[in-house]
Amino acid sequence: MSPEDLAARLRGPFADALVARGEVTVTVDRDRLLDALRTLRDEDDLRCTWLSDVSCTDWPGRDPRIWMAYHLRSPELRHRVRVKAGLPEDDLRVASAVPVFPAAEWQEREVYDLFGVAFDGHPDLRRVLMPDDWVGHPLRKDHPLGGVPTQYKGAFVPPPDQRGL
Amino acid sequence: MSDPERRAVEQEVEQGVLVTTLAKAVNWARKQSLWPVTFGLACCAIEMMATGAGHHDLARWGMEIFRASPRQSDLMIVAGRVSQKMAPVLRTIYDQMPEPKWVISMGVCASSGGMFNNYGVVQGVDTIVPVDMYVPGCPPRPEMLMYGILRLHEKISKRGTLT
Repeated sequence: MSPEDLAARLRGPFADALVARGEVTVTVDRDRLLDALRTLRDEDDLRCTWLSDVSCTDWPGRDPRIWMAYHLRSPELRHRVRVKAGLPEDDLRVASAVPVFPAAEWQEREVYDLFGVAFDGHPDLRRVLMPDDWVGHPLRKDHPLGGVPTQYKGAFVPPPDQRGL
Repeated sequence: MSDPERRAVEQEVEQGVLVTTLAKAVNWARKQSLWPVTFGLACCAIEMMATGAGHHDLARWGMEIFRASPRQSDLMIVAGRVSQKMAPVLRTIYDQMPEPKWVISMGVCASSGGMFNNYGVVQGVDTIVPVDMYVPGCPPRPEMLMYGILRLHEKISKRGTLT
């Protein structure tokens, strides 16, 4: 199926399906996210059985600010679909995709670690890249790029140029 | 003491008796066989391995054995950038080394975070363990590391105490 045909097929179940640079993107409400993933996985002519990536983007000043992105691939039918869902800044939570795709477990832990999105129903929602007692979500746009203090077991050491050496 | 005995003692002294303090003798022994713990973290470790290999030959200072166990080591060469996740591991290994122990911060990343000025990398290993000698460079050449080690030898030999 070409990307255009696929998008036309997806406009049945999902209103918002578009093609950009040959990639198909479906935007859904966060409440309908798991339904969308199940539909894409189970429908006979979609068969997106592989969740290749879960990622997240931060758009300060936009509403919703945080956008989840799930990248699906059908190894049999050889097409890809991206599912996006926006999360409002004051309520960063979404249903966990682990019941549909177990592969999402560590990917969602990573998003939780770096963006602070809470996944309802996740079996083991802990940080995965940063230390457990680390404070902050470093991939948000309002987190400074550099010159950050070093955190170690509750201590905050200022960056080297501010240590008064 | 009879005369022959006194003469024998004087003769013995002339033949070579060295008087020193215990601290100096111990420090001399310590600095001549520092055993580094294997702690390569990044590209600096390649230069550290080159320092230990035949061309530069750390064995000249009795430290060719990079121990795989911190309990047999007294020098930690932090060779490379320390990520936040590695920091507690590094501290644990440092704590497991028996006293006396020394730390060389090898390269700019270990010394101050270097080019990795971000959240993921510890901005200077001296925020976690006490550092005795900083070796700048990215990565430092084996000659620079050897110079740092020789300066550390000087520091060790000036230690006034045994502990």
